[in-house]
Amino acid sequence: MANNSGAAEKEAHLAHHFVDSEQQFEASKLGMWVFLVTEILFFGGLFVAYIVYRSWHPDLFEQAAMTLDTTLGAVNTGVLIVSSLTIVLAVRAAQINDQRQQLIMLGSTIALAITFMVVKYFEYASKFEAGMLPAGLYTYEGIEHELAPVFYSIYYMLTGLHGIHVIIGIGLISWLMVNAAKGTYHSGYFTPIEIVALYWHLVDIIWIFLFPLLYLIE
Amino acid sequence: MADSGSRTLRIREFPIEENPPKNYLNHERGLMSWLFTLDHKRIGLMYLASIVIAFFLGGMLAVGLRTELWTPAGTFIDADTYNHIFTLHGVIMVFLFIIPSIPAALGNIFLPIMLGAKDVAFPRLNLASFWVYSLGAVFALYSIAHGGVDTGWTFYTPYSTETGSAVISMTLGAFIMGFSSIMTGVNFIATIHKMRSPGMSWGRMPLFLWSLYATSIIQVLATPVLGITLLLLVMERALGIGIFDPALGGDPVLYQHFFWFYSHPAVYIMIVPAFGIISELITTFSRKVIFGYWAIALSSLAIAFIGFLVWGHHMFVSGQSELSSVVFSFLTFFVGIPTGIKVLNWVTTLYRGSISLKTPMLYAMIFLILFTIGGVTGIMLGALSVNVHLHDTYYVVAHFHYVMMGGTVFAFLGGLHYWWPKIFGKMYNEFWAKVSAVILFIAFNVTFLPQFVMGSQGMPRRYFNYIEEFQVMHQISTVGSWMLGVGFIIMAIYLVHSLYKGEKAPSNPWGGRTLEWMTASPPIHHNFEHTPVIIHGPYDHHKPIREFRLGIAGSDNGHGHHTNGDGAHTEEVESGDQTGSR
Repeated sequence: MANNSGAAEKEAHLAHHFVDSEQQFEASKLGMWVFLVTEILFFGGLFVAYIVYRSWHPDLFEQAAMTLDTTLGAVNTGVLIVSSLTIVLAVRAAQINDQRQQLIMLGSTIALAITFMVVKYFEYASKFEAGMLPAGLYTYEGIEHELAPVFYSIYYMLTGLHGIHVIIGIGLISWLMVNAAKGTYHSGYFTPIEIVALYWHLVDIIWIFLFPLLYLIE
Repeated sequence: MADSGSRTLRIREFPIEENPPKNYLNHERGLMSWLFTLDHKRIGLMYLASIVIAFFLGGMLAVGLRTELWTPAGTFIDADTYNHIFTLHGVIMVFLFIIPSIPAALGNIFLPIMLGAKDVAFPRLNLASFWVYSLGAVFALYSIAHGGVDTGWTFYTPYSTETGSAVISMTLGAFIMGFSSIMTGVNFIATIHKMRSPGMSWGRMPLFLWSLYATSIIQVLATPVLGITLLLLVMERALGIGIFDPALGGDPVLYQHFFWFYSHPAVYIMIVPAFGIISELITTFSRKVIFGYWAIALSSLAIAFIGFLVWGHHMFVSGQSELSSVVFSFLTFFVGIPTGIKVLNWVTTLYRGSISLKTPMLYAMIFLILFTIGGVTGIMLGALSVNVHLHDTYYVVAHFHYVMMGGTVFAFLGGLHYWWPKIFGKMYNEFWAKVSAVILFIAFNVTFLPQFVMGSQGMPRRYFNYIEEFQVMHQISTVGSWMLGVGFIIMAIYLVHSLYKGEKAPSNPWGGRTLEWMTASPPIHHNFEHTPVIIHGPYDHHKPIREFRLGIAGSDNGHGHHTNGDGAHTEEVESGDQTGSR
C-alpha cells in the first residue's frame, strides 16, 4: 500500500491511513469478527432448512443418518480440532518470534486440512457410487421415504459449502506460509496469522455443529 | 492518542485552503489511477457514476412500462416483453441502484471525512467491493442479453425454477452484488469503531454516520441470508435439489421466508441512510442544534433491530399460519415508532430555526411529505385485514414507491445537492435546481397518487392488461412518469453544466458544522492537512466556527509535511477520556 503521508520512519507493515500498529491490528481483527458473523448467517440459512425439514420429517432424518459413516465423520472432527490447535500455536510462534515453529505449525495445519478433504473425498465417493446424490440425480433405494433425496440435498449443500471453506482456508494458510518463510511475521506484526486463525476456528466450529446434526442425532 | 505519554494534546486552528490546485480529483491522472485507486473518495465517485447509469437504465424501463399502460390492451410491446421489463426495472433499481446508492456512493466519500480519518479501515476491500459490484452488473447484463428474466425481482419459486428465462445468471449477479454490499458493511463498521479522530466520541458523530452504522449492521446480518437463498435457488434450477420446488417435495413458502428475511431488512438498507442525510440537511439549513440527537441516533438502531422481525408481513396470503400472521402484523406496527420519532424530531428541529430554503432543504421538505405518506400507508398495509384486500395491488406499488423513491431517492438528491460543491468544488445553478425539484415533486405525485386509488379499487400489480375503468388513472400516472423524466433531464443538464461552467465552491457554502466542511472543496488526497480534533457536537451552530477547525499541532501526528500555518491559534486541551479514537 502506498505510503505517501510523508511521516518519518513508519514501520513497513503499517498502512498509511492508520495512526499506529495497534489501531491497524484492532481494526483488522474487528473486521474479521464482523465477517465471521456474516459467515454464520450464511450457513444459518442452511441450518434453518435443516431444522425445518427435520421437524417435518424426523423419521427420514433418522433413517438417512444411518447411511452416513460415523467413524469417518468422527475422524474428521478430530482432525479439524487438532488443526485448530496447530494454527493457534502458529500465532503463538509469531508472537515469540520463532520462525521455524511458525512454518512447522502452519504446515501441519495445511496437512490436517488436506487429510480432512481426503477423508471427505472417500465419503463422497462411496455415496456417489450408491446413488445417494442430490435430489435431481438421486437413485439410491435403501431409504423408504419419498423425501430422501431432499435430505441428501441438504447434506451436500452443508458439507459441500463447508468443504469449499476448508479449501479457501488451505489457500490462505499457504499464503501465510510463503510470507512466514520470508520472515514477514514477528511479535510486532502478526495480524494476518491472527485473523486467518479466527477464520479457521470458524470453519472448525461449523463442522463441530455439522457432525452431530448430520451423523449422530437420532 | 498520538502522544499517549502525556494527558494533553497541543492543538491549533488550521486555516482552510480554498480550492486547492491539487486535490483528490487531479493529484493523479489517467484511467488506471481511477480504476485501481484505494482512495475512498474516488471509489465513492466511481460508485456514484455507476448508480447514475443504473438509475438511468431503470428509469427508462419504468417510462417504457408506464407508456405501455396507456391503453388497456397492448400499446407497443407484447405481454412477455412487459414481464421482462418490469422484472429488469425491479432488479436494476433494487440491486444496482438503491442498495449501493447512499452508502456506497455518498457514504464512501463522506464517512472517513466526517470521522476525521484519512480513509476507511480497509481501502483494498473497498476497491474490491466496487469491482465485485461491477462483476455482478456484468452478470445482470449477460442475463438481459440471454433471454432476460420474467419472474419479478423476487424470483419466487416454483415459477423461477420453471420459466425458460435466464434466472441462473441473474440470481448469480444478485448473489455477487450481495458480497459487495457485505464488504461495504464490514468496512464501515470497522471504520466507525476504530478510525475516529481524537475527540470524535459516539455522541459527537454526525447522524449520517449513525444511520450508516445501523445500515451496515443490517447489511452484514441480512445479506448473507440472501446469498444462501439465491445459491439454493441456483442449485434448485441447476440440479433440482428439491428444497424449494414443490414438484420435488420442496416448499415454496420456505423460499419466501428466506427471501424476505433478507429483503425486508433490505428496505431499511435503502431507507435508513436517507434518514441520515435528512438529519444533516434539516439541522444545517435551520442553523440549529438538532432536536433529540440520541433519539434520532438510537432510533436508527431500533429500526435495524425491529426490521429483522417483520418479514412475515409479505406472506399474509401465502399460506403461513394465522398465528404468525397476527404476530408479524403486530410487530410491523412497531417499526412505525422509531420512524415516527425521527419525523417528529426533524419537525421540532425546524421549529424556531432560521430556515434557509436552499435546494437541499427543499428536497428535505419534499422527503418529509412524501415519506410520511409512504410510511403511513405502510402501517395500513401491515394491518392484517386491510392487507388481504390490498395485497399485490397497485396500492402496494404506490406505497413502496413513496417510501423508496419519495423517501430514498429524494433524500439522495438532497444529499447530492448538499455535497455537490464538496465533491466537485463547483456550485450548481440554484434557480434551475429549485425548478427541477418542484417539477419532480409534482410529477412524482401525479405518477403515484392515482396508483393508491387504483390499488384500493382492485387493480393488481404486474398486470399487462386492465379493465377500461382504470384507463384515466393509468393515463394520469403515465403522464406523471414523463414529467419525472423531464425533471431528471433538467437536473442532468444543470449538474453537468456546473462541472464545466459552475462557480468555484467555497469550503463551507452552507455553514455546516460537521467535519467535511472543515476541509477544502474538493478535499485534498488525505482529506485533512492535520489530524482533526473535535471538541464540540456536530450541530453546535451557536459556537464560533473556528472552534471546529482544530487539529493536532506538531509534526508527530502522521501528517508531518504540513508547515506551520500563519496566524494559527494554538491551545491545549485535556485529552484523556476525550480521545475517542479506540
